[in-house]
Amino acid sequence: MTVDSERESPTRNLPGILEEDAEQWTAKLRNAAIDALPPQRLMPDRQPAYVASWIYVFGVLTLAALAVVIVTGMVLAIMGPTWWHVSPVGHFVNSLHLWSVESFFAFMVVHLWGSFFMAAWRGKRRLTWVFGAFAFLASVGTAFTGYLSQQNFDSQWIGTQAKDGINSTGAGAVFNVLNFGQMLMWHIVLLPLAVGVIVGVHVLLVRRRGVVPPFALDEPGAPDDPPGSSGTAASAAIEGEA
Amino acid sequence: MSVIAAVSQFVLGALFDLNRPGHYVHWGFIQLSVANLVVIGIMIVLFVAAILIPYRREGGDR
Repeated sequence: MTVDSERESPTRNLPGILEEDAEQWTAKLRNAAIDALPPQRLMPDRQPAYVASWIYVFGVLTLAALAVVIVTGMVLAIMGPTWWHVSPVGHFVNSLHLWSVESFFAFMVVHLWGSFFMAAWRGKRRLTWVFGAFAFLASVGTAFTGYLSQQNFDSQWIGTQAKDGINSTGAGAVFNVLNFGQMLMWHIVLLPLAVGVIVGVHVLLVRRRGVVPPFALDEPGAPDDPPGSSGTAASAAIEGEA
Repeated sequence: MSVIAAVSQFVLGALFDLNRPGHYVHWGFIQLSVANLVVIGIMIVLFVAAILIPYRREGGDR
């Protein structure tokens, strides 16, 4: 079927949608996605001037560390426990996995501190903050099951220490920290998937609402956000200066 | 053992003896290893530095 531009729905900003197709869920979903995150907002060329601060760097540092965690985790999964326990290269990649996790948490917590003291939930950014908190909690669970998957005395100690705490919550019936196979599956399948999805939504929300401006630029009396801006009016006013 | 491994073991081994129980600080019901306390201190230093140190921009100091 060819697309006739004269038959396109005039109410939508997307080219290529036939009027009779406008009610289809695919068209609606596509429209909603483009409305929420137009390409120039999803991948902007410039950021507001106030983003030129080291405190704003820690979000992307966290993402970079997460990328190293995932890649090294995949290498460990490919090569297997004997490799990471015995061979020098395996030791090295195992250590990379550990220290990228340590870096991930350190950067994430500094990012959290910066976001907290900037009240980063301002300007309709509540969901961004909430998904950031969920990402933190899911990451704690992933790291915890990682410690249980080490196959050494450390993991045995942590498992036996943790079982009573977990059992006291009632979760022990379905989440047995002494069950190595179950913890390994949680660590390499379920929790990384959860962290990936939550972090992905968090980043998309940051792109949708823009980076929170400093308090001085977000005082009452500032004009409302213009349509299509990536953040507050103040940020839009100085956008392009960074 | 490579020369680098031998040297690093000698230097770091002198600084951090890992063949003994770790050091802990106790504050009421709170118990923290000195290693974790050092990491937290470094994170606080990073946080303060990130706020105070100017971000160098491309094209000068506008």
